[in-house]
Amino acid sequence: MRPRATFAAAPLPPGSARGEATSLTFEPKANILDAGDVTRAIGRIAHEIVERNKGAADVVLVGILTRGASIAARLAAKIEQIEGARPACGSLDIGLYRDDIGLREPSALAPTEVPRVDGKVVVLVDDVLYTGRSTRAALDALTDLGRPRAVQLAVLVDRGHRELPIRADYVGKNVPTRRNEEIAVRLSEIDGVDEVLLGTDDEARLTEEAR
Amino acid sequence: MIRHLLSIRDLTPDQVERVLHTAAAFQAEGPRITKKYPTLVGKTVCNLFYESSTRTRTSFELAAKRLSADVVNFSRSGSAVEKGESLKDTAQTIEAMGVDAIVVRHASSGAPHRLAHWVSASVINAGDGMHEHPTQALLDLYTIRQHHRSFEGLRVAIVGDVLHSRVARSNVWGLQMMGAEVTLVAPRTLLPPRVETWGVEVTADLDGVLPKADVVYLLRMQLERMKVGFVPSLREFSRLWGVDEQRAALMKDDALIMHPGPMNRGVEITASAADLPRSVITDQVANGIAVRMALLYLMLGGPQATQEPSDA
Repeated sequence: MRPRATFAAAPLPPGSARGEATSLTFEPKANILDAGDVTRAIGRIAHEIVERNKGAADVVLVGILTRGASIAARLAAKIEQIEGARPACGSLDIGLYRDDIGLREPSALAPTEVPRVDGKVVVLVDDVLYTGRSTRAALDALTDLGRPRAVQLAVLVDRGHRELPIRADYVGKNVPTRRNEEIAVRLSEIDGVDEVLLGTDDEARLTEEAR
Repeated sequence: MIRHLLSIRDLTPDQVERVLHTAAAFQAEGPRITKKYPTLVGKTVCNLFYESSTRTRTSFELAAKRLSADVVNFSRSGSAVEKGESLKDTAQTIEAMGVDAIVVRHASSGAPHRLAHWVSASVINAGDGMHEHPTQALLDLYTIRQHHRSFEGLRVAIVGDVLHSRVARSNVWGLQMMGAEVTLVAPRTLLPPRVETWGVEVTADLDGVLPKADVVYLLRMQLERMKVGFVPSLREFSRLWGVDEQRAALMKDDALIMHPGPMNRGVEITASAADLPRSVITDQVANGIAVRMALLYLMLGGPQATQEPSDA
């Protein structure tokens, strides 16, 4: 047997990429965080994680794909600067655990890459906390991977409007929003620029009107 | 995504890429305490197999179960089919039980197409006669993609019993759609009529093709479908079109040997050639589950259009 092959992925066809920062109909209204703000917010969250967990020896950072995974990698690098050791870091796809399967087109999936979480403190990392449904899906996905000692939640932006009893342990910035508004998080790894914008999105408005 | 998968040509190249990408997510490495995902809980998949099958039926069953769907198996023996029930009546009986997808294998080419007109469930062709086997083509494309980055310009030789092979048809069309160049290598008697309209190269000279091919895909000699003598003897066939270690040595360093199984060891491939590092035959089987999971997820994981069957 030859060694197990890795999947040489070709670029996704247009329109099927997941987690675009903005849909075509997104219109920005206000800049919530600029590049410096993003870096400082991630730096502060890294310090808070280390403080709360008395170091980072047992911490595993698990980013929710796509942008949560980039933020988790940045947190790991920052914690390494603080503590001298880089915490384990992974990325989690929650598409198979969503609660709206069957209600919308199936979301594109990416491979989950998470180190062992048994007995560890998992910090779930996401870009935006909104209804809490993604976090719920992530908690279920995590349960199928192992049994962490504790799970904490870090988000770059909390925009409110929770529909489930979920809260974040670490928040980059609380942003009051209306339901018909949209938050666009852009990260240099994916979008070439670090910024968080508040705007309106036709799709979000239409979804809201349909409720 | 599409409602039925009857032919590989029901998919666009973009949709094929989507299936392959999705399948890769099901093969992610790393610790898991369960192989199951809750995704299709509450859905029911029916395996309706009028022909014998080990790997395809088991593969579909595992794929559906790993997505938490319920699975019911109907096979020819042990069902009302033995009492003479027609395909249509069987299909409508299954439909009345409320299934979301019917995976069908049938000895008659075109049976899944008929079935799709009678039922509102999704129909997936798991092999119809000498026509098509689209999920085999998808898992073969996936396996090739694990080793070759692009299909564009890839040279694939499909060798042996093309005439009786639904795998050959689906693979030719799937590979062509993705940009690969296909050469069929077979004696004239094992090529279908009008093969020249397929847009492939055709030759009987295996040794001339081996050094150029990126993939050598061996077909099973379908002895059970051969009612007259298509080759003088199996020994002569394997001398001219079988792959042994010596022939495999003619291949490029990174070229793959593939076979859809079950193998006739000693006919189209020798035991030692099947076990060479360049042979990815067991990978094909393992990948089949991931590819079928991807397909079930994409076909059943969206909003179900409540469409009526087109003719009752």
